[in-house]
Amino acid sequence: MDLSDLTIKEAREKLHKKEFSAAELVQASLERITAIDPQIHAFLTVAQKEATKAAQDADQLIAQGVNKPLLGIPVAAKDLYSTQNIRTTAGAKIIEHYIPPYDATAVCRLKEAGAIVIGKTNEDAWGHGSSGENSDYGPTKNPYDLTRVPGGSSSGSAAAVATGMCLAATGTDTGSSIRLPAAFCNLVGIKPTYGRVPRYGIIAMASSFDTIGHLTKTVYDNALVCEITSGKDPYDGTSADVPVPKYTSWLGRPIRGMKIGLPKEYFDANGMDGNIRRVIETATEVLKNLGAEIVDVSLPHTKYAMACYYVLVPSEISSNLARFDGIRYGYTRETFGQEAKRRIMIGTYALSAGYYDAYYLKAAKVRTLIKKDFDDAFSNVDVLIVPSFPSTPFAIGEKTTDPLSMYLSDIFMCPVNLAGVPAINMPAGFVDGLPVGMQIIGSQFAEEKLYKIAYAYEHETEWYKIKPNL
Amino acid sequence: MVQNKTKSMNQELTTYEPIIGIEIHVELATASKMFCGCPADQFGKEPNTQLCPICLGLPGALPVPNKKAVEWTILLGLALGCTVNEESKFDRKHYFYPDLPKGYQISQYDQPLAINGSLELKTQNSKLKTIRIHRVHLEEDTGKLMHATVDGQRVSLVDFNRSGVPLVEIVTEPDFRSVEEVDVFAKKLQQIVRYLGISGADMEKGSMRIEPSVSIRKSQIPNPKSQTISKSKIPNKNKLPAYRVEIKNINSFKFARNAITYEIERQTELLERGEMPTQQTRGFMESKGVTIAQREKEEAHDYRYFPEPDIPPMRFAQSQISNFKSQIGELPDTKRTRFMQEYGLSEYDAGLLVESRKRSDYFEEAVKATLDTGNQAIKLYQISPKAIANWIINKKVDVACVTPAQLLDQIVQATATTSVSDEDLEKIINQVLAENPKAVEDYKNGREQALLYLLGNVRKKLSGTMDMSIVRNGLLARLR
Amino acid sequence: MYNGSIMSDTLSTSDIQHIAKLANIKLGPDEEKKLYPQLASILDYISQLQKVSTEKVESTSQVTGRVNVFREDEIDTSRVLTQEQVLSNAPASHNGHIRVKAIFEE
Repeated sequence: MDLSDLTIKEAREKLHKKEFSAAELVQASLERITAIDPQIHAFLTVAQKEATKAAQDADQLIAQGVNKPLLGIPVAAKDLYSTQNIRTTAGAKIIEHYIPPYDATAVCRLKEAGAIVIGKTNEDAWGHGSSGENSDYGPTKNPYDLTRVPGGSSSGSAAAVATGMCLAATGTDTGSSIRLPAAFCNLVGIKPTYGRVPRYGIIAMASSFDTIGHLTKTVYDNALVCEITSGKDPYDGTSADVPVPKYTSWLGRPIRGMKIGLPKEYFDANGMDGNIRRVIETATEVLKNLGAEIVDVSLPHTKYAMACYYVLVPSEISSNLARFDGIRYGYTRETFGQEAKRRIMIGTYALSAGYYDAYYLKAAKVRTLIKKDFDDAFSNVDVLIVPSFPSTPFAIGEKTTDPLSMYLSDIFMCPVNLAGVPAINMPAGFVDGLPVGMQIIGSQFAEEKLYKIAYAYEHETEWYKIKPNL
Repeated sequence: MVQNKTKSMNQELTTYEPIIGIEIHVELATASKMFCGCPADQFGKEPNTQLCPICLGLPGALPVPNKKAVEWTILLGLALGCTVNEESKFDRKHYFYPDLPKGYQISQYDQPLAINGSLELKTQNSKLKTIRIHRVHLEEDTGKLMHATVDGQRVSLVDFNRSGVPLVEIVTEPDFRSVEEVDVFAKKLQQIVRYLGISGADMEKGSMRIEPSVSIRKSQIPNPKSQTISKSKIPNKNKLPAYRVEIKNINSFKFARNAITYEIERQTELLERGEMPTQQTRGFMESKGVTIAQREKEEAHDYRYFPEPDIPPMRFAQSQISNFKSQIGELPDTKRTRFMQEYGLSEYDAGLLVESRKRSDYFEEAVKATLDTGNQAIKLYQISPKAIANWIINKKVDVACVTPAQLLDQIVQATATTSVSDEDLEKIINQVLAENPKAVEDYKNGREQALLYLLGNVRKKLSGTMDMSIVRNGLLARLR
Repeated sequence: MYNGSIMSDTLSTSDIQHIAKLANIKLGPDEEKKLYPQLASILDYISQLQKVSTEKVESTSQVTGRVNVFREDEIDTSRVLTQEQVLSNAPASHNGHIRVKAIFEE
């Protein structure tokens, strides 16, 4: 059995028809990891024993006629997700041997829906990065070109799904960390509205930005998982008390008459590759042909977004990483990697006496303006479409010497996190054999609109069918 | 003004005036902790057994505030005459210490729950004094550190059980000018906290902690000695000194008095020698009765506060705040005044009765019982509120063991114990009968009530206490 | 963008040491040397925020719009950990306590 060509939707049908068992499916997943992960380095921990046991339980339930939306489906969890009794490192050496005594809410919900956690995926340590190269355990490779980065920070999750080591993987998105690896690995990656999926149990990077989402091959699979993980959690005071629509029921509805905005600041950005621009223009043509109306919009404060982001996010990072003191768990603070230290230092500086007003407070005000840009735009249009990244996936090592230029490459994604709105990366084509992503951005809690448009686009283009050659 | 109670406080020293402000921490007696569902009562529990991912600060855990703790803090703020902030929030206060699991404490910075209150004190010389309350805010407690030698090595041991217990911090303005004022204030605050039923506020158990900040300035009385210090250096009247010394590690009212007294002495001596005390934190060593400088936490006081992103802000409508106000109930000061007016008690007695809510409630129940009772003896003796008050105060009645009805019985019995001679009694009876011929006639015409009237008159004339049934029998014998 | 020659207006090497102390991180001399230009260029970049007019603009520290999120004062034993669980990840423990190096000598 080859999981590369399998979607969750198909796997469920085949499990239901007894074409294969959950045990066989999980076994195929584990074998695939054994076969190709030495090349890719997508996993930090493989939960072979736990997954095998869970698969047997799933088969019993299937035999009893129990129907759960993800029953028997192998999924991987980013290593920021606390998993009870399964090592959780956040991609960082400092907690190399940390074993959480509890599951994150999102993990609980996936398990309750029948999903089988196959292992924990590699990532930029703590989520700090856009390439996967900041993992303290070594980088993950892009399955479409092993010399290139898979995008980060949910690098292992993206590579694992793209290569069929599992059928879905969770991620976290503080600035780009689900959408960018989805873009670089030809996947559907949802960064829901901030607060849509509870954060409880997920190791915090920047608390007011961290968004919990996942990566899948198709829009249907993505909407299905989102229905399961979304919704209020009494353990997370910032989780939204907003009903969760049945996202899968929005798929296949016509998009005629929907208004799509193209923010000019994104298309005029410096360093924008002409090939990428053409890919996005072609994609918007497809949507136009389906009856959508395309209009130009402006998000005037976009140019300040990265400066704003790189004050507020490191500030929260410096705070969230304060608990790693080597007393209750892990090693001492010298063990932090270079990137974590950089961000802790910047954040500490921005919050320190005498600088708070000039940095943190100023940035928090600019955040208001950036959020308002989005609010204003969404009073006119249903969604925005922007490129996911100004170029194709870059080479491993290409940007590691210049942290600032690495930071700035997230320009098309970070503003979304400043505003807390949802966005989805859609596979939009290839340039030089490398995947190119398109972002569809919506207003708060408008995920169903994103899914509706994404599905319509996927139906026309089917880019997900182009697999990496391994 | 420095009290001349301590050994070195001679005449000349009274020209230095202590300026004292205090921070009081009170652990709230909620069932669960501040930000998680762990039991808040950690006293006497096995170490590290009252913890969950949240209060242990495990990666990924998130805080959700305890509603009751927030409400209780507001109640306390209102009881201290504070304004409740319509917009409040939690902030993170960062510092590294092994008993602080997250590397930050969730506290409140620029929008505390309540601000700008005041509390009126009456010191022993009956001077009224208003202490301004700067702020009342809510935060979480830390774990506890113990120091030990393990395998020949000096180590510190951490028990995190206390981590996350709700803690209210009350900060006063530097309005205290004597140890006594601090003492009266602290006790009064404890009383209010207990009235509200929000904490045991037990200093010994650590559920109430006092941290005074002490500095000294020159008062208006000129002191010839002070000329040895250059004029610019001497803190002047009406201007706060440029330094203050915070005293930590105080766990009883007595130690608070001792620590402040010692510190006033120490700083005064420094000033006398022409030295300026420095800003610092000192710990009180109860065994020696002295304060010692604590090693300064490096880079202290840059706490890098910022709004706690895990907890949405709080908003309180005026209607909600009014509703909180109505929940406060009668506080000790108001109750004392009412007892004086309603029951004719002295200020002193009323003050003693309202010391605790239990005691004052008990007193009022007993008074009520004298009116509602079917017991003839109680009616007969006309036990006054004052008599009940005296009894409770003088006999140090344990209100938990004796019911108000039992108390009244005790009073009746004791009243009944004779201490008047038969001759005296006979004399009084004769006198009363002679003075009230109408009542005698009424009784003889069958009006039982007249007997009660005569009994009452005899009782009034009795100087001692006496069994009223003997009086009654004596009266009946004479009337027959 | 930092090209190796820009000296920062916003950061000095003593600042780095001060911040490292606040952050409770000991930096080796080499590390400090490497970090300095990186932090300086990042700080120079974020300083452009000063150009934005934010007069009368409220700050945003959360984007949910939620207020007054509380839990009832109830004990939730479902999450309480055993002492063994509490100590299981700690590098050192003693008699049910977590052990750290001596904080101060009395």
